[in-house]
Order: sequence, then C-alpha cells, then structure tokens
Amino acid sequence: MKRLLLATFAILALALISLLIGASSVSLSSLLLFREEQGTAQVLLASRLPRTLALILAGSSLAVAGMIMQLLTQNRYVEPTTAGTAESASLGLLAVTLLAPDVPVIGKMLVAAAFALAGTALFLRILKLVPLRSPLIVPLVGIVLGGIIGAVANFFAYRFNLMQSLNAWTNGDFSSVLRGRYELLWVGFALMILAYLAADRLTLAGMGRDFTTNLGLKYRRIVAFGLVVVSMVTATIVVSVGMMYFLGLIVPNVVSLLVGDSTRRALPWVAMMGAGLVLVCDIVGRVVYYPYEIPIGTIMGIVGSALFLILLFKGRGRFA
Amino acid sequence: MIEIAHVSKTYADTVVVRDVSLRIPRGGVTSIIGPNGAGKSTLLSLVSRLLPMTAGTVTVDGLDVTQTPSDILAKRLSILRQENRVTSRLTVRDLVEFGRYPYSKGRLTAEDRAHAARAIGFLGLEALADRYLDELSGGQRQRAYVAMVLCQDTDYALFDEPLNNLDMKHAVGMMKLLRRAADDLGKTVVLVLHDINFASCYSDTIIAMRDGAVLHHGTPQEIMTRDVIRDIYDMDVEIQDVRGYRISSYYI
Ligand SMILES: Nc1ncnc2c1ncn2[C@@H]1O[C@H](COP(=O)(O)OP(=O)(O)OP(=O)(O)O)[C@@H](O)[C@H]1O
Ligand SMILES: [Mg+2]
Repeated sequence: MKRLLLATFAILALALISLLIGASSVSLSSLLLFREEQGTAQVLLASRLPRTLALILAGSSLAVAGMIMQLLTQNRYVEPTTAGTAESASLGLLAVTLLAPDVPVIGKMLVAAAFALAGTALFLRILKLVPLRSPLIVPLVGIVLGGIIGAVANFFAYRFNLMQSLNAWTNGDFSSVLRGRYELLWVGFALMILAYLAADRLTLAGMGRDFTTNLGLKYRRIVAFGLVVVSMVTATIVVSVGMMYFLGLIVPNVVSLLVGDSTRRALPWVAMMGAGLVLVCDIVGRVVYYPYEIPIGTIMGIVGSALFLILLFKGRGRFA
Repeated sequence: MIEIAHVSKTYADTVVVRDVSLRIPRGGVTSIIGPNGAGKSTLLSLVSRLLPMTAGTVTVDGLDVTQTPSDILAKRLSILRQENRVTSRLTVRDLVEFGRYPYSKGRLTAEDRAHAARAIGFLGLEALADRYLDELSGGQRQRAYVAMVLCQDTDYALFDEPLNNLDMKHAVGMMKLLRRAADDLGKTVVLVLHDINFASCYSDTIIAMRDGAVLHHGTPQEIMTRDVIRDIYDMDVEIQDVRGYRISSYYI
C-alpha cells in the first residue's frame, strides 16, 4: 500500500514534467501561480493537459488490457498486438471510415471494438484447434493472424487513399492530442475500473476453466467480459491516439515478477506502471531531438524490445 | 448421497464411460481404482460438472449437477483434478483463500480467513503460505491445491489422485487427513487412487473400474482378494493380512 502511494507520487511527478516541456514553454511558476501569461493557460488547457491525460489514460488502460489477455489465454506473451486485436480494430475503423464516414467518433469506436472482438475471438478459436507445444506458439499464431488482417486493411487503405489514416491508427502518437480529441480514452479508464471490480473473477479465469467451474463461476462468461473490455480499450486507443506495441506485454510481466498475479493486487500496479512507462517514453521522445518530436511508438519499440529481452532472459525458467 | 444413473461419455466413436450407475452414500471415504484409461478421471469430471455427459444423470443430495446453478453446487461439491497447471503467480494463501469464493464472492470475512488458515495448517503449509506456487516443489504444490479444496468446505469432496507427487510420509498424512475429514467432520470423500493398499487401509468402499465400466464395488475386504485384483488389473498378486488390513505386495 505504501509502495503504491509512492508510485502514485512518481506518476504525478512525471505528469508534471510532461506538462512543462514542449515546443512552447510553460514555466513551473506560471503553472503554480496561475499567472496569466500570454497564451500559457491556452496552451495548457487546449493541448498540454489533454496530452498528459491522454498519455496516462492510454498507458494504464492498454497495460491492463494486456494483463487481462494474459489471464484469459494463460499465456504471458499475449497482448492486443500479438492476438490480432489491434489490427482488427484498425480494420474496423477503416471499414466504418469508408462505408459510413459521417458516423460520430463514438460510433466509429464501437465498430472498431466489434471488429476487435471478432478478431480476438477468432484468435482464441484458432488456439483451440492448434495443438500447442510451446507457449511461444501462441503469440506467433496471433502475430500471423494480425499480419493477415493488417494486410487486408493495408490493401483497402491503399486502394482508397487512406494509408495516412491507417498509419496514424497503428502508430501511437500523442503530438496531435488536443482538447476534444482524446476524451474517448476515458471510456478505457471506466473499463479499467470495471475490470478491477471483477478482479477475483479474472484471477480465477487465469487459473483455468476447471478451477473456475469448481468454484461455481461460468468460465465463458468471464472470458466474454474480459474480451469485451480488451476490445473496447484497444478500440479507444486506436481511434484516438494510435496503437502502442509492447506496452501490454512488458508491464504485466514486470508487475507479475514484483507483486504476483492476484489481479486485485496487481491491477493498480499495472495501471500505474503502464501510465509511467508511456509518460517516460513520451518525455524522452520530446526532449532528445528538441524542438522536434520522435513519435512515442518508435521510443516504445526500442525501450519495449529491450525490456522484453531482459525479461525473457531473466525469467527463462518461467516463461518458456 | 451422490447418485449416478446410467451415465455415459463418448468421444467421437469411443465410449470412455459406459452406462455407469452407482450410489455413493453420505459420509465416509470411497476410493475408485482401476488401470490407466479406465475412465476414473472422466467419471469424476462428469460428477463434478466439469465435463458434459453424453447420457445419464448425476444428482448430489437430489440436485441434478447439470441443472443446478453452478454457484449453489460449489457450496456442496468440490473437485481437485488429476493435473493442475496454474500458470499465474499466486501465493499459497491466495490460492487457498480462493476456496472461499463460493461463500465470500471475493470479500473475505474474518471467518473465511480463519478457514483458509486452518486448511493451510492441516496440510502443514504454514511456512510456505506466502510463497508463490511456481516456487514450490511438486508435492508442496499438490498439498496447496488440496488445501484449497478443503477450504471450500463442501459436504462432498472429490480428489483425483491426491497422492500425486507426495512422499510416503505426506501420502500417509494426506490419507489420514481425508479419513479425519470423513470421520470427524462428516464429509463425503471420493478419491481416485492407484495404490490399492492405501485404498484398502483408508476407505469404507472401493469401486473398481475397467474399460469405462464399474467392474467391482464393495468393501476393502471384498475387493482385496486375489481373484478380484486379477480381474481388474490382469495381475496375480498375493494379499496378506497385516494388523487387520489387507495388503498386497505387488511390487515384485
Ligand atoms: N478429450 C478426450 N478425447 C478422446 N478421448 C479421451 C479424452 N479424454 C480422455 N479420453 C480417453 O478416455 C479414457 C479414460 O480416460 P480417463 O482420464 O478417465 O482415465 P483414468 O482412468 O483417469 O486413467 P489414469 O489412471 O491414467 O488417470 C482414456 O482411454 C482416454 O484416452
Ligand atoms: Mg485419471
């Protein structure tokens, strides 16, 4: 509990740094004293604050989505980008953009979520049919499936001149986050709370169908709930800031090593570290090439793959 | 009472449980023995609604296991399967406390915690209570699973090969514990066992299965005879009386 409080402070400190840096400067004193410097409040409210909030919301909810997927598949390598979920969401978004461009953004998100749900369900179906010799086969199946769905999306995006949009959906970038364009991410936050309320059921599902049934719960129902949460979270992120790779994989694994897999205990940590990692990557991306920005997807790819390799070697006995 | 009536289970064309009818009375220890592939685990899974049956019905105190809401059944009947692969990093205490889920729905009361502590104590896991399952030996993990099922505190408890991975001291301890659960707490314990001597010494009733059907059903005195054992296992073994128990030295 105390450690969690400390972590909260660390996140707040990161959030503060995230608010202060950027192409147009916001000084600490003006932030603290609410001094009405020319444009400061404007920058803060219209872009800086939304950006920081978006980072926190997206980072935490995506990490939690990864954790849920790992519980449902009982596999440590699964997350929305290794299960076809993210690619399906992009395909859904592409479909609705092409066929019904006037649908409001919430509607687009729901269509993307429906596609994500179908894609992930297909992934689980395939897993049932494929004899699994190694846990590593599971994400490989997911990556292949995601590749196929992604190729379909690419084909249509290319034909209909939407490559730029598709790229925006598949590569996380927070530089264009403005007030009025990130609020959808609060849906992910609400889903995270919902997942926390169902924490014990998710932990049980992670122990398998037989344990769940023995204790009087309907396994399929928990899986369905988890899949809906994961699909919706993925869709909100794809629609509003674009997908980030590795996050949903790294964070739950690190937390598992630190505090174990009891969802009730682990979920706050996963949310916290997810937010922290995204904030750090974003800050790094904004300062190393100042005043230019490196998109967070790139930074996350580098940091994420490095962390992932460390985890893989450190936990070799456990993971493979 | 567990009443199994004309239960069958078929996979594609192979019948693995064939028209089994049995009554397992309330209280006492019942052991199921039989060769590999006889259908023992399948029968236990059918009784505990982990698998759907192809035909027949199972009732527990009059409740049809396929019709009764699962959460109600979870307070009456518990099962531990033969193999359990929990990949989650849970501590022994986390796991055992989950045994209270049917009652607590996740909000553990002081009473729930006391139940869990007692179950941990019964299996001698106090020193390991805060260790993660993936940091335990096979036998320690097996004891943790048994503790969880005991913590569920149901009238009927089914254990598929509870002696898996246990050393001889813990195996005897486990059998005595299950015997006590039946004698002192009035539980109905159903076990699948491979060591017929354990079955002989600690059960009230032995059920012998072979090829998906019940071949023999009786007291240890009735089952532990040269003819019956040959019938079940195609093995000719000597049976001796040792301090009033029938023991077979089938090792040599
Ligand atoms: N999913 C399945 N599909 C097809 N056949 C199956 C399946 N599960 C079990 N069987 C078959 O059913 C038969 C009974 O299996 P079961 O696990 O009940 O045996 P058992 O008596 O518990 O054996 P053991 O002593 O080895 O545990 C076996 O022949 C097995 O091959
Ligand atoms: Mg078996």
